[in-house]
Amino acid sequence: MTPAGEIAVKVERLRRTFGDFVAVDDIDLEVKKGEIFGFLGPNGAGKSTTIRMLCGLLAPTAGSGHVGGFNIMTESEEIKKRIGYMSQKFSLYDDLTVEENIDFFSGIYSVPAQQKKERKDWVLEMAGISDRKKSVTRTLAQGYKQRLALGCAVLHGPQLLFLDEPTSGVDPISRRNFWEIIYGMSKEGTTVFVTTHYMDEADYCDRLALIYRGRIIAGGTPHELRLQHMKKNVLEIDVENVVDAIDILYKSGIEAAIFGSRIHAEVDNAELSGPAIRNILEQSAIKVRGMERIEPSLEDVFVTLIEVS
Amino acid sequence: MKLLRIKAIAKKELIQIRRDPLSLAIAFLMPVMQLFIYGYAITFDVNNIKTVVLDRDRSSLSRELVSEFESSGYFTIAAYIDRYNDIDTFFKMNRAKVAIIIPERFSKEMKAGKSAQVGVILDGSDSNTATIAQGYIDAVGLLFAQRSGGAKLSPAVDMRGRVWYNPELKSRNFIIPGLIVVIMAVIVALLTSLTVAREWERGTMEQLISTPVSPAELIVGKLIPYFCIGLADILMAISVGVFWFGVPLKGSPLLLILLAMIFTFGGVSFGILISISAKGSQAIASQMALLSTFLPSFLLSGFMFAISNMPAVLQLVTYIFPARYFVTISKGIFLKGNSAEMLAWEALLLTLFGIAVFILAVRKFRKRMD
Repeated sequence: MTPAGEIAVKVERLRRTFGDFVAVDDIDLEVKKGEIFGFLGPNGAGKSTTIRMLCGLLAPTAGSGHVGGFNIMTESEEIKKRIGYMSQKFSLYDDLTVEENIDFFSGIYSVPAQQKKERKDWVLEMAGISDRKKSVTRTLAQGYKQRLALGCAVLHGPQLLFLDEPTSGVDPISRRNFWEIIYGMSKEGTTVFVTTHYMDEADYCDRLALIYRGRIIAGGTPHELRLQHMKKNVLEIDVENVVDAIDILYKSGIEAAIFGSRIHAEVDNAELSGPAIRNILEQSAIKVRGMERIEPSLEDVFVTLIEVS
Repeated sequence: MKLLRIKAIAKKELIQIRRDPLSLAIAFLMPVMQLFIYGYAITFDVNNIKTVVLDRDRSSLSRELVSEFESSGYFTIAAYIDRYNDIDTFFKMNRAKVAIIIPERFSKEMKAGKSAQVGVILDGSDSNTATIAQGYIDAVGLLFAQRSGGAKLSPAVDMRGRVWYNPELKSRNFIIPGLIVVIMAVIVALLTSLTVAREWERGTMEQLISTPVSPAELIVGKLIPYFCIGLADILMAISVGVFWFGVPLKGSPLLLILLAMIFTFGGVSFGILISISAKGSQAIASQMALLSTFLPSFLLSGFMFAISNMPAVLQLVTYIFPARYFVTISKGIFLKGNSAEMLAWEALLLTLFGIAVFILAVRKFRKRMD
């Protein structure tokens, strides 16, 4: 395979304006075949606008690029033949039953007759709704709806999958379940482009881009992002009395926050500050059970990045 | 065009119609209700015109004249009045539309063999009724003169008109065939006007346009169920016209149905064109469909008013409304028994309209959100 063949999505200086408002401001993106690419950012950052342009639903104002080898400016119908898209808002037919929705999209994607049954059963199984195929879709819980929508978007086995906030409004267990399904598809060679505003989901992705106010402010693997953009060290401290301990650290001018039953302290140098912090706490009669340097979470990274930009 | 996709869309639409009470009501209840309501309400036949009498003669002859009016069946005597000014009161209160004034010397002059004058006043605010009443009054007057033998009538030319195609001049016979067209023009456009707008409004269109479905496949798929419903409605309306209202169907029912299919195709295509234009709002789409079909098909199709009586510019305007052609076709087949060759021009224009609107709809539909 040529190197160019390994790129699933590549756009340059992609731009979209709505009147005076610049929703997407000259962004560059590159997604490799077979990877899970996370497109992260807060609400209103331009995630949906970007994904819609990639899927041929929205005409870019300017820029160039290819999706699955086809030009996004001129060949959007060719792109649509090869992708699966799941919009942010649930957009299957509420008044159709689960089975009727699957049959409808099977027809739309021209799934061959001999595969129809097998694909339908696969979707029902994957979404965990085999016993509810006669239920009107309106009555399903949000988590099931999302998985059904995902199933309908991949009935034709697309090589490229675009998911716009697939887990918004879904409970944590369903979210994890959903990510397991995406993992499975990725293992089978599907390229997945997924947007989310849940920072904790970033770790599920092979590579990431962070969009903020229409601009990409950072990109790379989760590990790279942590290394490049988090200059400070994070110390996780295990103490008996968290509330008293954080009070003492504040008074000593150390930035710290409670994470569950532990404390995260941001320091310039873990080796130097570690013993000092232990000293301060023990002088105040707080027993330190443990202390170690940890990798900062991506949430820490993004908060830092957004403050900078 | 893939048949599989068209089938999937048509099936989906059908399921949605079946589960939506509003669509079902518009599709099956509205046309029948309208046909019955308008079928009875719109009539040009004038009976029992309320009449007041100012009899200054008070003779047996004047009473005979009044009873001549009454026995004609067209007039009901609402009151006998004494003063001329009372007429105004009766007209203003809508308690009478006609006043008959018999002068004092009426019987004397009749007996003397002179021509006696009887005054008649009509309420012109309802000019339609007034015109028809005028005709009846003349007829009653003539009849009375002949019967009483007072005046010698020997007109130089004895003109006897005969009315063809609708010998009893029953207005229902020409209203129902036109009314079917008006109602159907509205229903088919209204039904399809919601389909595309609804998908935008509910967000389901976003998913649909991300698939490889083509605009032509989508539109054909959406039109099929509505075309069938429209056709079923027309058959139902024709049946009600023939079997309930007793309108004679002189021409070929098959020809009528065939041309109705062309009309329905144009109608549903027009509705979907509106739906595509009113992107995203079912309310706007349905109002546009109503406005652009109901008034033109009611007023400019030749249903109510003869097109030949309209100003030239307006006559030209009527050509863009397909109801115009189908009113001619429907009346022609119902009342005159017109053959296919006689209606070829209308059929051709109806076909052209349907094709043009369909192509326009396909062209106008964009698989984009902007």
